[in-house]
Amino acid sequence: MHKLTRATLALNGLGRCFIAEKHVSAIKITSRGLVCAEHGDDSGKNEVYDVIISGGGLVGSAMACSLGMDPNLVGKKILLLEAGNKKVMDKVPDNYSTRVSSISPGSATFLSGIGVWDYVTQMRCKPYKKMQVWDACSDALITFDKDDLQDEMAYIVENDIIVAALTKQLDSLSDNVQVRYRSKVVKYAWPMPHQSANSIPWVKVALASGETVQTKLLIGADGPNSMVRQALGIPTVKWNYDQSAVVAVLHLSEPTENNVAWQRFLPTGPIAMLPLSDTESSLVWSTSHRLADELLELDEESFVDAINSAFWNNENQSELIETAGSLFRGALSVIMPSAGSPRQLPPSVAGIGPKSRVMFPLGIGHASEYIRHRVALIGDAAHRVHPLAGQGANLGFGDVACLTRLLSQAAFDGKDLGAIQHLLEFETERQRHNLPMMAAIDLMKRLYSTNAAPAVLLRTFGLQATNMLPTLKEQIMAFASK
Amino acid sequence: MYANKFSRFMLGLYSRTTTAVCGVVQLQTAAGRSGCSWTSVCKQRTLWLQRSVSLKTRQHTEPGHTSARSASQTTVDPDEVRRFQSLASKWWDERGEFAALHAMNDLRVPFVRDNLLNVQRVRYPGKPLGGLRILDVGCGGGLLTEPLGRLGADVLGIDPVGDSISTAQLHSASDPDLRERICYRACTLEELSAEEEEQGASHFDAVVASEVVEHLADLETFAFCCSHVLKPGGSLFITTLNKTNLSYMLGIVVAEQLLRIVPSGTHDWEKFISPVELERLLESNGFSVQSVQGMLYNPVSGAWSWTNSTAINYALHAVKAGDDPHTDQPEDNTAATHS
Repeated sequence: MHKLTRATLALNGLGRCFIAEKHVSAIKITSRGLVCAEHGDDSGKNEVYDVIISGGGLVGSAMACSLGMDPNLVGKKILLLEAGNKKVMDKVPDNYSTRVSSISPGSATFLSGIGVWDYVTQMRCKPYKKMQVWDACSDALITFDKDDLQDEMAYIVENDIIVAALTKQLDSLSDNVQVRYRSKVVKYAWPMPHQSANSIPWVKVALASGETVQTKLLIGADGPNSMVRQALGIPTVKWNYDQSAVVAVLHLSEPTENNVAWQRFLPTGPIAMLPLSDTESSLVWSTSHRLADELLELDEESFVDAINSAFWNNENQSELIETAGSLFRGALSVIMPSAGSPRQLPPSVAGIGPKSRVMFPLGIGHASEYIRHRVALIGDAAHRVHPLAGQGANLGFGDVACLTRLLSQAAFDGKDLGAIQHLLEFETERQRHNLPMMAAIDLMKRLYSTNAAPAVLLRTFGLQATNMLPTLKEQIMAFASK
Repeated sequence: MYANKFSRFMLGLYSRTTTAVCGVVQLQTAAGRSGCSWTSVCKQRTLWLQRSVSLKTRQHTEPGHTSARSASQTTVDPDEVRRFQSLASKWWDERGEFAALHAMNDLRVPFVRDNLLNVQRVRYPGKPLGGLRILDVGCGGGLLTEPLGRLGADVLGIDPVGDSISTAQLHSASDPDLRERICYRACTLEELSAEEEEQGASHFDAVVASEVVEHLADLETFAFCCSHVLKPGGSLFITTLNKTNLSYMLGIVVAEQLLRIVPSGTHDWEKFISPVELERLLESNGFSVQSVQGMLYNPVSGAWSWTNSTAINYALHAVKAGDDPHTDQPEDNTAATHS
């Protein structure tokens, strides 16, 4: 025995002399030990990744980049699975895309931290410095701006541009992150919470190609109809708004500075005009399914008229609300003469981009749990919001930043990345941020989808009072720009 | 001479079944602790170890007899072995008997990592402890061994309880990263120390004994063996319980009997050691103690935190003297140790 040990020693060098399996065979350890050695070989057949991200959209790609950039996660095996093709953008297309996101300063900081924001600004993005929200049923309005229009309030970026920038960055991180395009997941198999002797403790992911990969942590970034979430059986609280969003690229009648995001609450739903360039803006018009269908059917000229009248028309205003509103505003301006900002008028629309009119149904959904044993949900897979506040992408990037920070710390502490402890922390922290945001957006949506006088009065007073209180506005902006 | 008789008797009884081990344990208990507690719970290794072990009484003042000394004196308490044998399957239940030990990783892993990072010169990205060899004494189910392995260190975990080692091996086997870095052996520190002796150089950069020394029978031998397996300048990390009235109240009465945070009978207050005593013991074995920090467990949140008071739990970091490359030889080591 002794010689045997020495022989292995000589062969393998000092450092490797204690390899368990060699000892195991040399001294004929109990059958359980052998089982364990075989078991180890078994799981070696399929590759075991430290992290697999399912879904390579905005949030999933950002997750992959963010993990790949983290110094504490160097050497971890990270895999991004995307069902679609690789989205390379050699040249920025002439026509703007209709799917845009409002990127808050917080998200922009996050994206520049993972080396993506430079690519975005090199391609195309439009900052805006002010946001004006007003009501179709009264003169009440609220404006948000950063001190004297010096700082950007947020950026309007096409989703395609962000994905292209992320793809570019992922190419440069190919040592740290593997990306497999056109790979569709057909089945997930979950591990038991407690390891039993003959089960594999990792999440198994079966791909359409027939291959199976394993992972210590699966991150579900596969959108509002998340397969990961459904396969886990995590219930979602969700409802449809009975609304659809009509989106389009708008050509303005004359070039302007175009640095204001406009949003007007119509009784049928909010309509928003977000700047894309000096002459173009993006339209997001949430409205009833029936009206949305009609809008899609209209010829271009009538569609443009409908947009202009939605922003300019005052037919929904009633005299009672008008009087009450102006009295209240007058009273407020006596108390705080300097506060509040004057009303501006949105630019008028002259035409729309070719084939840019699209509609999609709107809903809200929130997964009751973001995590399970060795699984975390991020982005729309965990929470889907109404686009009226443009917060969808920001909430997703917030998830990514938070999860990266916790995983990085866990790796530096030598923890199992799939351990429940830091995943629970992720869930608590994100729900604490996401739920109030979702509730606020939903409340706003409900408050504004009626023209019943009490609700209109309430929101008129609320909006006006908020507009007069700079500290409250700053807090709203700070919360929204995280 | 008792030792001789008993050990032969034990070898006769040698068997793989637990009951036989218990038999051995009882005999030994009957014989008391009069230097005859040579036992190897590491059943598989008993036979070959017999050769390397000379069953003499303590000779630790004499340099050159290190192997005799380190192997004839055991740090292992048979009662403790039996106790942990019955718990071996529960190690990885994060909410079970060892929950507090799982939670302690939040303190002890950074404690080991940061102290080693302070002295280590080469940095490996993503592997803070890359290139280091660490010995985890009394590794149990590998609760601390695995995190240290994930940090890039090559870790050897040893424990006299064979079933715990099986649990540890089973748990790390499915992880390809850990399979490369970690190995486990069911043996005692003194057995390993004796082997190291034969192989020449002592080659661990760090020895970790977390929540172990309060279960040991002979701390003097423990300190000696730790020093023996460490490279000069290597670090020793110990976490344990202080011997105070408070530690009796909280560590035994509250934790074991009232709140059942740890299984009843886990600890024997008589074997607890105060930081001062431990420091003195280590200094006399050629260590210089770098830091002692108190630790506090909050049973409500289930989390540990650092505290100034070492009255209950504490962590200690000591460094083996002699960074001089010339003291690399074991003989010199021993001389240095006892000078």
